[in-house]
Amino acid sequence: MSTAELHTLTGAYALHALPESEQRAFEQHLKDCEACAQEVRELSATAARLGLAVAETPPRELRERVLREITTVRQEAPAHGRRERTGGGRTRTGRWYAYALAACIAAAAAFGGVAVWQNQLAQDARQEADQAQRQNEQLAQVLSAPDAKTSSSELTGGARGTVVVSQSQNRAVFLASGMAPPPSGKVYQIWFNDEGTMRSAGLMDPRASDDAVLLNGPVDQASGMGITVEPSGGSDEPTSDPVALMDFPTA
Amino acid sequence: MKEAVHISGVPSPGPDLQELLVRVARGDQDAFASVYDAVSGPVLGLVRSVLRDPAQSEEVAQEVLVEVWRTAPRFQASRGSAMNWVLTLAHHRAVDRVRSAEAAAAREHKAALLERTPAFDEVSEQVETRLEREQVRRCMRTLSELQRESVTLAYYRGLTYREVSELLSVPLGTIKTRLRDGLIRLRDCLGVSA
Repeated sequence: MSTAELHTLTGAYALHALPESEQRAFEQHLKDCEACAQEVRELSATAARLGLAVAETPPRELRERVLREITTVRQEAPAHGRRERTGGGRTRTGRWYAYALAACIAAAAAFGGVAVWQNQLAQDARQEADQAQRQNEQLAQVLSAPDAKTSSSELTGGARGTVVVSQSQNRAVFLASGMAPPPSGKVYQIWFNDEGTMRSAGLMDPRASDDAVLLNGPVDQASGMGITVEPSGGSDEPTSDPVALMDFPTA
Repeated sequence: MKEAVHISGVPSPGPDLQELLVRVARGDQDAFASVYDAVSGPVLGLVRSVLRDPAQSEEVAQEVLVEVWRTAPRFQASRGSAMNWVLTLAHHRAVDRVRSAEAAAAREHKAALLERTPAFDEVSEQVETRLEREQVRRCMRTLSELQRESVTLAYYRGLTYREVSELLSVPLGTIKTRLRDGLIRLRDCLGVSA
């Protein structure tokens, strides 16, 4: 089978629709084809969403049976030296971990935007996903900080906001999904709430209804954040009532 | 977003799952109980959509959940989310079961397979599930009929692409392509990134 042909198997592979022999051949191919491996990761994550959609409530006895059974089952030893997440320097893999986690949080945030999604074309959604992927490293570091705390809330109009705060890094990230675009010529501006005094924390991308924003400046004593609609370019202090106020998650 | 709304912190269950799995990998049974609570519904639902038989589905779901405990040290966050890892495992086990020789004998005939729609209506009423279901259902509608049938038969019914090809009387190459471009379209519609 040619490489091009093998590449078209990413979908069947992600759905476990390959017979065993072809699955093994494709896994060999995956080792040499980073583009295929990336596509498989994305399509597997997509397949998992199909799985989530058919969740049902398991019987209580199942929980008891499983929790009882694991007390008698020995766990596997780690295949190769596990990285220790606590303490010391973050290794190369730490960055991957951060991105995976960032993607996970972005996906969780995107969860709430259903109503707004309804009339959007698939292409818009793709752009939003790309934006969610476009996390810079610092943002990813906040999301993956060992002490990162998250709280997530419905905003009005079916939008959803998630705020992630790391005390150790003294930074916060706001993840929005499904936000209505600001009125023409306006932007959403984010503010730290310092006991009622608003301190600017930057602007949101006015074209994105899903966005991940590393808040400008340290969290310090801020107890939450607010969002206001401001003229393009932002303001030094809020010129309108907040459209949303969120408390930061507490320890 | 017109009027001001004050929001208090509601803990989001999603991001903690990877952390919990890291603790499970170190033998933490309490962490496993939390992982169980987060994943058991999707695991059982997925297994049951493939196997249908409730008793068999519970049995396989139990195997999967115990395997999550046993193989947690293998989980690598760099390769995808924890939920993704668990559901991939669940799908594999369900598909293995359905393809085993005993199950093959009891395999339903063509008409029954085509008739069945995913178990969207029998699922739990949790809000997250309802939202997820709505989103998946909506995105499924953006697929062509052949894409939708191919993806559904492969994922929710556990068929190989050859079986899908035979069932739909469509050439193998076409099914391979539809599985891929159907999933790509779903990925874009659902905003999946990995």
